[in-house]
Amino acid sequence: MFKAREYVRVKSLEEAWNLNQKKSNVIVGGMMWLKMGRGQKGTVIDLSGLGLDTIEETEEAFSIGCMCTLRQLELHEGLNKEFDGIFRECTRHIVGTQFRNGATVGGSVFGRYGFSDILTCLLALDSYVELYQGGVIPLVQFTSMPYDRDVLVRIVIKKDGRKAAYLSQRNTQTDFPLIACAAGKMGDDWYVSIGARPKRAAVYRISGTGKKADELAREAASMFEYGSNLRGSGEYRAHLANVYVRRLIETIEKREA
Amino acid sequence: MEIQLTLNGKAVKDQVGADTLLLDFVRKHGCYSVKRGCETSNCGLCTVLLDGKPVLSCSTLAARADGCSVTTLEGVQEKAEAIGRFLAGEGAEQCGFCSPGLIMNVIAMEQELSEPSEEEIREYLAGNLCRCTGYMGQMRAIGNYLNRKGEEQNG
Repeated sequence: MFKAREYVRVKSLEEAWNLNQKKSNVIVGGMMWLKMGRGQKGTVIDLSGLGLDTIEETEEAFSIGCMCTLRQLELHEGLNKEFDGIFRECTRHIVGTQFRNGATVGGSVFGRYGFSDILTCLLALDSYVELYQGGVIPLVQFTSMPYDRDVLVRIVIKKDGRKAAYLSQRNTQTDFPLIACAAGKMGDDWYVSIGARPKRAAVYRISGTGKKADELAREAASMFEYGSNLRGSGEYRAHLANVYVRRLIETIEKREA
Repeated sequence: MEIQLTLNGKAVKDQVGADTLLLDFVRKHGCYSVKRGCETSNCGLCTVLLDGKPVLSCSTLAARADGCSVTTLEGVQEKAEAIGRFLAGEGAEQCGFCSPGLIMNVIAMEQELSEPSEEEIREYLAGNLCRCTGYMGQMRAIGNYLNRKGEEQNG
């Protein structure tokens, strides 16, 4: 656990942003990953007093406050109904109920961790991040941006009628995923996102016109690079990605039939 | 900084550091059932209820709990003893080290889920690790505990 000199529950995003410009200060979400670090911090910046812990649904989109927990994503009826239960599927294997009651969506997305189920899932959808200074930008753009000192305020997911599915594999229950795969289908276009490669998740759009599921899965899975770590080899991950993407495609096609 | 919270039904006011964990705070106030098992947010041994929801006190700042209600095993002794009897009855307690966290999460599950299936129980309790038993004894004990309650309620 790191050490910290001060704790501030901020009254505004402006206050949070100003405090966060000092490199030794840190914004704390659920602190699940952050607490693994050591060293001395200056001020711990807590956003929990800003009312950013709700999921709002309109006719066009879902707006998810950065302090929403993974458990809220898992249990939110509207989100899971709109996107075929993928938020339940992408969260339910993450450690345990207590962990998901603490870990925040903002922390997961801002960290852009290679192991993130949440990032993988969101990338297959029409997702955006709202930054205090940077404004609203597509999540796919945010994913490849360098870390900066901005404040992530919300995640926005547009309701574009996309059908979606999610699958992951773990070597053991509660471990990080060995591979995480999500697919979204919009018309004849497929959005395939693969994370835990073990690099951070990326997404590719592929036309499905005239292609069978296995052909489409091979094409999609071959667009990503896979690496090795103690959980598995790059070769194994590439094989798994092929299998899981095919299953996702078949699942969505079956639902549409 | 000073925080004020309700710990097991009693108002507690104390000074905490910016980096004080809720785990250390509740132990300082006599709640020794709450233990640091893994230090990696994984084992569930430090589970407490924060405003009724199970959380990992090893990963929660005491400062964030300011104004909240915190419940540990010491605050639900009657229920904990009842669950403990079912665990002992199935030989599910070997070293017993993980039991306080497990019992707190069983209590949370009982409040949240109605008539959970075995799969739902396993999923809810996945974040409570036990090194001794292989979980079969716990599953039988928790099943018995939930069914016994049903019989009591029906009776």
